[in-house]
Amino acid sequence: MKKIIVENLKYKYPLTNELALKGISFEVAKGEFIGIVGKNLSGKSTLCQALVGLVPHFYKGSYGGSVIVDGLQVLQSEISELAHKVGIVFQNPFTQVTGAKLTVYEEIAFGLENMGIQREEMKERIDDALKLLDIYQFKDRNPFDLSGGQMQRMAIASIIAMKPEIIVLDEPTSQLDPQGSEEVFKAIQNLSKQGMTVIMIEHKMEKIAKYSDRVMLLHDGEIIDFDTPQKIFSRKDLNDYGVTAPVFTKICKELEIKNEATGLYPITLDETYDLVVKYNA
Amino acid sequence: MHKIEVRNLHFSYENNEEILKEINLTFDHRSTAIIGQNGAGKTTFVKLLKGLLKPNTGDVIINGINTKDITVAGLAKYIGLVFQNPNDQIFKNKIIDEVMFGPLNIGQTPTEAKENAIKALKTVGLCEKIDENPYDISLSERKLISIASILAMDTEIIIFDEPTIAQDYEGKERIKSIIKDLSAKGKLVLTIIHDMDFVAETFERTIVIAKGKVLLDGTTREVYAYKDVLNEAYLEAPNVTQLCQCLGVKETFLTVEEFIEYKKKDRI
Repeated sequence: MKKIIVENLKYKYPLTNELALKGISFEVAKGEFIGIVGKNLSGKSTLCQALVGLVPHFYKGSYGGSVIVDGLQVLQSEISELAHKVGIVFQNPFTQVTGAKLTVYEEIAFGLENMGIQREEMKERIDDALKLLDIYQFKDRNPFDLSGGQMQRMAIASIIAMKPEIIVLDEPTSQLDPQGSEEVFKAIQNLSKQGMTVIMIEHKMEKIAKYSDRVMLLHDGEIIDFDTPQKIFSRKDLNDYGVTAPVFTKICKELEIKNEATGLYPITLDETYDLVVKYNA
Repeated sequence: MHKIEVRNLHFSYENNEEILKEINLTFDHRSTAIIGQNGAGKTTFVKLLKGLLKPNTGDVIINGINTKDITVAGLAKYIGLVFQNPNDQIFKNKIIDEVMFGPLNIGQTPTEAKENAIKALKTVGLCEKIDENPYDISLSERKLISIASILAMDTEIIIFDEPTIAQDYEGKERIKSIIKDLSAKGKLVLTIIHDMDFVAETFERTIVIAKGKVLLDGTTREVYAYKDVLNEAYLEAPNVTQLCQCLGVKETFLTVEEFIEYKKKDRI
């Protein structure tokens, strides 16, 4: 079942001359974990905003083509209607915080209150989200007294608590410590295994390589490629698009170590370890 | 020689538990990365260095001046801090005015300030956007504007709080070269950062802060050899270092190039 169907999406922000998205088409199935990579200004964030309806409903501008999210045509749907299906974790957690709530607990309740979730279920969902993101101990703290990384965890928790069918995350771990970042990736992968569809923008290529089912390479408002991470990161022209391969792939490209079965370069630590050991033997 | 001395520093916000405990550090010409778990006290620590917060006990001495004896404004000509969140730092409605604000406030003439601002904007690659509103540009560009605003002040000490947030490959390479250039010019550069590969490729010295205390302090290569201690501090070694550790290589490699060279010379 297709959760997202995008057909020939074109978009231009108001007061600009160039299209930010130039005729994008793709489909995503339920439960897929999609990584979006590309240099800055390639259209990644704009595409994500288009999936949740902020493009065009909030930003206005010129819009063409069609985006269907869990059966809803975005152009014809209210943001409030779309919010029941698809949630977005902003690139900057400080921008996402409502500023209307005095505790982390209430901040996470905000989306649920607006969805009309019953009190008992809200409590359950908030507790689960707090524990999943490991911020339960900060539940009574003012959101603005959190550190940058803790605030980023709260921003993710507040969307996960809403249990959207589709979750869109714009660099959700940019301010997290390395182990915290790994934990968040694992938690999100678990959600995708349970059927939540995940769309994630990320510059940490090692993580995208490890966790994504498919990777979309965007450049200048167009999709260059949309395939398995092995195929995307084995491309010879990756640097032309301002993207670098994971460290492990770079090493294997230099040493010309490929996976014989697939003819592609390894992309994860484990795969690289196995192949280097074999290469040495 | 520029120097920051931190002596027996303790700090807590109001009556809460101590955020920083018994910190004794000296920062010199070596470019230094400060790494640690979220909430470990890193941002609080650099705010203390910048004089935005004052120690409960202990002292921070910037080039011989105790931060307790000088106003934040007075200290601004010696030390610049690039905020973690550019939205907290930026408030003007034109990029050029934003980048000139710091220089003008530390006594540069309007001509000097403009020259320095344009030079700084060229360094971050945003010179063509000087008349735009900082809030009409992307987060990654806003972060670069916040960096340019501090570069234009030409202070002898520069602190970056997570400079690579939202940056793509090109942006990270640009910031890496800015840090290396500043350090080569003899400036004292400190950076809080979570990108371990970036730390390995950029900084001479690395300090690990965990639960408000200094857990490790040494050359970046020395620090990344302590796998267990990094683990305890919720960190990990750079990707290439992890691969070498898995392969049982005794040396600590910090970059892909180092590893390739070693590998080509002598198979593991």
